Amino acid sequence: MPFGLLKYGLNSEYPGEHHFNPTTELKKHYDVVIIGAGGHGTGIAYHLAKYHGITNVAVLEKNYLGSGNTARNTAVIRSNYLTEEGVTFYRESVKLWQDLSNEFNYNVMMESRGQLTLAHSDAAIRSFRWRAEVNQHMGVRSELFDRQQIAEMVPNLNMSEDSRFPIMGGLWHADGATARHDAVAWGYAKGACERGVELHQLTEVQDIEVTSGRVTAVKTNRGRIECGCVVQAVAGASSVVAKMAGIPLPIHSYPLQAMVTQPYKPLLTPHVSSPHLHVYTHQTSRGEFVIGGGSDPYPLYNTRATLDQRESLTAAALELFPFLAQARMLRQWAGTTDMTPDYSPIMGLSPVENYYLDAGWGTWGFKATPICGKTMAELVATKKVPEIIKPFELERFYKYQQINEAGATAASH
Amino acid sequence: MKLLTCPLNGQRNITEFTYGGEYHPMPDHQQASSREWAEHVFFHDNNAGVVIEWWCHSASSYWFLAERNTISDQILRTFPAEEIFNQRIEFAAAPEPEPKPKAKANGEPQ
Repeated sequence: MPFGLLKYGLNSEYPGEHHFNPTTELKKHYDVVIIGAGGHGTGIAYHLAKYHGITNVAVLEKNYLGSGNTARNTAVIRSNYLTEEGVTFYRESVKLWQDLSNEFNYNVMMESRGQLTLAHSDAAIRSFRWRAEVNQHMGVRSELFDRQQIAEMVPNLNMSEDSRFPIMGGLWHADGATARHDAVAWGYAKGACERGVELHQLTEVQDIEVTSGRVTAVKTNRGRIECGCVVQAVAGASSVVAKMAGIPLPIHSYPLQAMVTQPYKPLLTPHVSSPHLHVYTHQTSRGEFVIGGGSDPYPLYNTRATLDQRESLTAAALELFPFLAQARMLRQWAGTTDMTPDYSPIMGLSPVENYYLDAGWGTWGFKATPICGKTMAELVATKKVPEIIKPFELERFYKYQQINEAGATAASH
Repeated sequence: MKLLTCPLNGQRNITEFTYGGEYHPMPDHQQASSREWAEHVFFHDNNAGVVIEWWCHSASSYWFLAERNTISDQILRTFPAEEIFNQRIEFAAAPEPEPKPKAKANGEPQ
């Protein structure tokens, strides 16, 4: 038996499963070029290949698969937004999440453990009641919780009335969930590659050629590619890439820092968020507490970690869960959040005819991954903007028709 | 501790300051279309590199401008707004197509 294992391990034809096609030479022409191989980019490629039969697709990634904000987010899935447009969009996304592992036969470790958002003021209670009504009306499970319900659901939470900002109530969102973020990009990429899509890692787009209002080619560090159309899915670099195509965007890029503690035994079931304290946390299935908060106070294209942010995150987390005072921090990191003025994404058509935008993903990109893959692929295949993403067009800013989700966007403001 | 040099108060901890957005020259308020205003208000260069931006020293409510590299987070220079805003801007309304006679201080107490 040990010899058998050794032989298996040393076998040159190691029978491990290859998930992705090995890098090949870039072709001269692709029907669709997707910039960015995160969850969104690979999701779009997957849907194009599986549901629309479009397989002459290249997904270009300057780093490695899922190395950007797909790897850096805190993996929160929820749909308890405030506007009709927002709730509809994220509700459909949560539905797709629930069946995602089956969809591409790859375990994304989806766990629907719910989300509890805490209110520390009368104003927050009022806005939560509003959100709960909107959500219930639209078939999303949200309800107002009082102090006793919260204490029963999260026994470790500091419910003291002597704290600086005592907890007055909460918004319980039973559809809230978490999933393994890397696996999402891997699952989509695997499914896309099996159907003929090419994934090109370490391939950085350096310029985009636009001739009389149409994209004709992209220049990369590995050569020039002609293309039928381009989809940009580069959260954290949306402005930089769009600028290559001459498209201005209403985005400011801020770092958002998060950190993770040593593992504990399972003691916190739902995701707990406090917009007032600018902190949110949940316990991963490995037992670690992931702690995230608001974006940095000013824009930056850099994912460094700061002591200031660590102090404020820690202070807020300790106010909610005092036992974390004993915890050791394993990591602190940042992701770049492309914040839009109305805290909603920018999806769909752009001023360049065959250039499609999947941008402005601020702090809400991970939860929208499956619906983006589906709807953006539909847009590319049919050239028609799906109803569900129409409200998120870039043009809305010129029409002064923003979709205000600032209040429902957790702790990022 | 990251320091920012306020033109009025000298070197202070950056936590004493509030970021106030990119500096953009204002469009001509009498001529600009609604589209141009939307661009001015909502759209940003969001440059990866050196930018000019507004900052405010919160404690003294003093607004000034800074040149900062948004990749390295180095603050290259801070300067008072007077450097750019050195002329008075009159916010007179655009002339009406048919100018009405101006009511000259009629309602004012004598």
